[in-house]
Formats: sequence, structure tokens, C-alpha cells
Amino acid sequence: MSIYLNKDSKVIVQGITGGEGTKHTALMLRSGTQVVGGVNARKAGTTVTHAGPDGASVELPVFGTVTEAMAATGADVSVAFVPPAFTKDACLEAIDAGIGLLVVITEGVPVQDTAEVVAYLDSAGNHAATRMIGPNCPGIITPGEALAGITPATISGSGPVGLVSKSGTLTYQMMFELRDHGFSTAIGIGGDPIVGTTHIDALAAFEADPDTRAIVMIGEIGGDAEERAAAYIKDHVTKPVVGYVAGFTAPEGKTMGHAGAIVSGSSGTAQAKKDALEAVGVKVGKTPSETAELMREILRGL
Amino acid sequence: MEYQAKELFAKHGVPGTPGIVATTPAEARAAAEQLGVCVVKAQVKAGGRGKAGGVKLAKTPDEAEEHATAILGMRIKGLTVNRVLLAPAASIEEEYYFSFLLDRSKRRYLCIASVEGGVEIEEVAKTNPDAVKQIAIDPGTGVDEAKAREIVAEAAFPEALVEQAVTTVLALWQVFVAEDATLVEVNPLARLAGDRLEALDGKVSLDENAEFRHEDHAAFVITDETDPLELKAKEKGLNYVKLDGSVGIIGNGAGLVMSTLDVVAYAGEKHGGVKPANFLDIGGGASAEVMAAGLDVILHDAQVKAVFVNVFGGITSCDAVANGIVGALDILGEEATKPLVVRLDGNNVEEGRRILSARNHPLVTLVETMDGAADKAAELANA
Repeated sequence: MSIYLNKDSKVIVQGITGGEGTKHTALMLRSGTQVVGGVNARKAGTTVTHAGPDGASVELPVFGTVTEAMAATGADVSVAFVPPAFTKDACLEAIDAGIGLLVVITEGVPVQDTAEVVAYLDSAGNHAATRMIGPNCPGIITPGEALAGITPATISGSGPVGLVSKSGTLTYQMMFELRDHGFSTAIGIGGDPIVGTTHIDALAAFEADPDTRAIVMIGEIGGDAEERAAAYIKDHVTKPVVGYVAGFTAPEGKTMGHAGAIVSGSSGTAQAKKDALEAVGVKVGKTPSETAELMREILRGL
Repeated sequence: MEYQAKELFAKHGVPGTPGIVATTPAEARAAAEQLGVCVVKAQVKAGGRGKAGGVKLAKTPDEAEEHATAILGMRIKGLTVNRVLLAPAASIEEEYYFSFLLDRSKRRYLCIASVEGGVEIEEVAKTNPDAVKQIAIDPGTGVDEAKAREIVAEAAFPEALVEQAVTTVLALWQVFVAEDATLVEVNPLARLAGDRLEALDGKVSLDENAEFRHEDHAAFVITDETDPLELKAKEKGLNYVKLDGSVGIIGNGAGLVMSTLDVVAYAGEKHGGVKPANFLDIGGGASAEVMAAGLDVILHDAQVKAVFVNVFGGITSCDAVANGIVGALDILGEEATKPLVVRLDGNNVEEGRRILSARNHPLVTLVETMDGAADKAAELANA
């Protein structure tokens, strides 16, 4: 078991013919993911060729629209590698097509575009049909089953830990630290001010997943997602959660790489997030390796 | 800054007078000759300018010149005043607060309005929370005339101003959406003599991610308060923030770099309190050129005593990163003078470490773990 993505997931790639789309289609295929096609309106009817997991050549059809791709392939997951200027339209198209899971890798999407997409998801019952992860994220991996995104598939195998993180490289670092235990599913939700899937969404899904026995939650400065996640954990999460927050040394008013990673006045600080998590009994590590060690202690006791 | 916000207000028809910007006392005098009685206002990105003595009324051009002389060069909240705005003096009867902003928590927009304006809105929110109205805005439907009327009614603008307020709200909404803003704030929105509603001061924050559809926004970037190293990094396309410590940091991925800063600060507690000198995310690629550009910026920071390169090879393999470091040191040659602590992990790490060991550069120390490397870098910076 896992959350959102498993061995039966059929993945299409929006922007499959672009540089990033090409590179990561190959990596997703190599990890054993069922990539079944892609979308590029200008190259509809053509194919792209990649090596499959066994090294044999795989020819993937390119469709004009997500709807056509889903009808022809039975795809239920789309991974979008489209430039920021076209991301909003790509998302709306995938939602209208009724895709089950939409993973938006693109960095640099204007926040008003994301706000519109999220509002569209929340309206007219679209939310029930489509779950969006991202934008500005590494995507999601269920080790040993499927990868929808850019997370390196070789860092860790499957295991009892669920991971949700705002940051890509901290996801990789934590998977590496805990590769002795392995992961049910690891999700990078993205570092933008507004994202489709939140910490809370992922916590709820991990809580409901029988194969996830403990959860690592990684946050960073900016906004109050971690504080709200803490309140959610208090009332709804029975599985042990270990936390990590990055950005204690970040100065006020400076954007630290991620568009959403900014301390405004006294709000959004790492300390406030750590305090909120600890107040509900979540152990928070000072460093990624200490966080991993806290998780190991918990796993030993389970 | 205020004068830039007012340019955007004027562009979208928000009532108000943009005023005239001056960078010298002589220019201020000339502006005052044109405007008559006016207010001389320091232009810095900070609140509390009035309390700091940065806002003065000038009844004559002589006074305008005198005030500009005093205000230009003044420091407000650590920022030097390089410009003043001269705005015609207004006879204010009432002051209101109005803003549109991104509500991250609820993933939509928010309008905040209060007929108790002119002071810091956070203060009003504390002392008289009922006077601060918050109206949620759906990003899918935005603000049309009906929504604007709802906002004006909720905020309880005086009857005589309702129509002007509706027009103003719609114009401010245009500033918010058409300019891709994350904040549009007017404080005060003032009722002037004769029941005229005008935006007397304002602030606009623009979304950097939307720059690709707003070429004109580049003109709003003022670099005279930007750290020279940050400017140099920006020219090279690097994601760099200058801090005040002595351990230079290079890493890949925003989260990992933020984490690296924290780990160095903890390690520094054992080594004389040394702190990180900067944030620098070289992104996933980590090519020799980007690594060289990053090292070039960091090694020219006079405060830097040691550098910590922390890379987790995800898609990028560690051998490419190691070659990047070696290549960067070769490009920099004798300009590279400070010790480098390197921690590599992840994809193809053995080959990466082998490349660095084989090069055996006298400045480079390879440490296996992030915590260990942070400790070593802090120790070297404290030596």
C-alpha cells in the first residue's frame, strides 16, 4: 500500500517532448513506472522512444490533449513539465479531463495562476476528481512501485515511513538518511506560497494508509502550513510523527530560494513552527540526521 | 516604494496625486515651486517613516529644500534615504485603511478594510478588532462591481463616499490582478475636504515569478540599497542572500541550503559562535560554471573565512559535482584562497569523492556527513 500512487498507476507526461520532460520520462520508465504516453498539442500523432526498465526500447505516443491521452491509454496520473507561462492552462486542461493525480514540477509559476487553479479545483466538484501536487515540487514516489516526478528512484526502497516535505533536496536527504528503513510513499508538496496538496492532506492520507507506520514531516520558513498541520496532528493523527523545520537562521524579509520561503515580520519563523509541532507532541530534530535518528527510535519501539 | 506604488495606482485609475520624486534638495525646491504647499516624504521600503522624521510639511520652496536636505541621506530602519517624494499637501478629514493580499493559509485572496486608518493596521487590529473587516475573495471570480459594493458596505465607508469607494476598490483590484501583485495596500486612503477620496500613501508587492509577463516591472527594481555581492550574484543568475557570518555556504536545493545554514549555526556554537555568511542555492545542475560563479561570489566576501559546499546528488550525479568543484578551482586559480569543506552524498558518491581525493587540492577537505562537515567548516572559520 501507499498513498496517491502505486504500481497500477498509469502515467502521462505533459511536455513529454521538452528537455526536462524527455529526461525525466526516461528516469520514470527506468524506475519501473508505467509511463504510457505524453501530451504536446504541436506534436500530436508522433511518438517518443525511450529505454524501458529492462533496457528494451519503448515507444510512447504523443497526444494533442490530456483527454485524448487518457482515453487512449487509460492514464490516471499526469506529470507536468511545462514552462511557467503555460502551466495554468496545462493544469486546467488536466483537471477538465478528470485526471486522478496531477503532479506539477514546474518552478516559477505566478502565484495568481496557482491560486486560480486551486480555486478551480475547489469549485464545481473538481476536487473530488483531481488531486494536484505542486507546483515547484519534486513530485511523489512510492518506492519499488512508481515515480511521478523527479525524485531519484534509487535513494531508498520501500518501508514503513511516510514522508511529506516542502523541499525537494531535503526529501532526498531524508530518504537517504532513512534508507535502512524505507518509505511507503514520499511526497514533495512544493515550496510555493500556494500548493495543491498540503501537509495536512498528506498527513490524512498517511494516517489512513495501513502500510505507513510513522510519518516524517519536513517544513520550512514562510506561511503557517506547519502550524496548521500541528493542530491537525493533535486532533486526527494517531501514528507517530517526527518533524524537521529548515530556516532558523533565515533573516526577516528575504526570500530563501523557494518563492514561499520568507519570514514576514514575526510570522513564518522556523522557531514558531517547531514550537507548534512540539506543543502537540511531535519530536522535532535540529538537523536532518538527528530527525532521522528520532524516527529510528520510534520505529524500534513499534 | 511609495512613489512606485503611486505610479501603478495612477496607471489603473486609483484616485490620488502621484507627486514628484527628487534626489537632490535643488530638485525638491523646483518640485515645490510647481506644487505649492507640499509634503516632503522619505522614500524607503520601510514603515514608520513619519515617526523617524522622514515626512515633513513644506509651506514654501525654501522649506522644501531645507527638509529635503535633512531627509536625503537620513537612515530609516537601516536604509539610506536616496529619494524624497513631494506630494501636494492635502486637507485630511478622515483616514481609512485598504488592502488586497494573498491569503496563503486559505489559498485565496483577502481584502482588509478599516475606516480606522492612517496608523499601523496591526495596532487597530489589536485595540479595535471589530473595526478591521476581512473579506475573502475567490481567485476564480475576483472582484466585480457587486463584490466591490459588498466590500464597501462591509467596511462601512461613509454614505457620501460610497460611489467613489466602489470605483477605487475596482481600480485597486486592477492593480492587484493586472500587475500580478501579492499585496496592494493603501494607508491612508483619505477623505479630503469636499468629500474627495484619495490614496495618499501606498505599497505594492509584485510577484517575481510573474516578471515574464511584465517587462516594465524591471524598472521598479532599485539596487542602491542592495548588497554589492547580492547584485553580482543576481547578474550571474545565482540565488544568493548575503548574511553576516563567516562560513560561506553553497548547496543544491533551497531546503537543503536553508538546512545547511542552520546546521552550520549549531556547529558554530562550539566554535566561537561562527555563523553562516550567505544562502546560495546552485540548483540541481551544479555544473562547473555555476559552481565557479558561486565560489567566485563567496570567495570575494571579505567576511568569509571558510566555505562549506554541501551537495546531495539527486538527478545530478556526484562525479559531475566533483568535476564542477575541481573545474571551479581551476577557473579561479590563485583567487581561491579560503579553505573548502565538501560534503557529497547520493547518486554516484564514490566516484565523486574519488575525483576530489585524486585532485588532492590543498584547500579542499572532504567530510562524509553533513553534520561533520558543518563542524569542520565552523572550526576552520574560527581558526
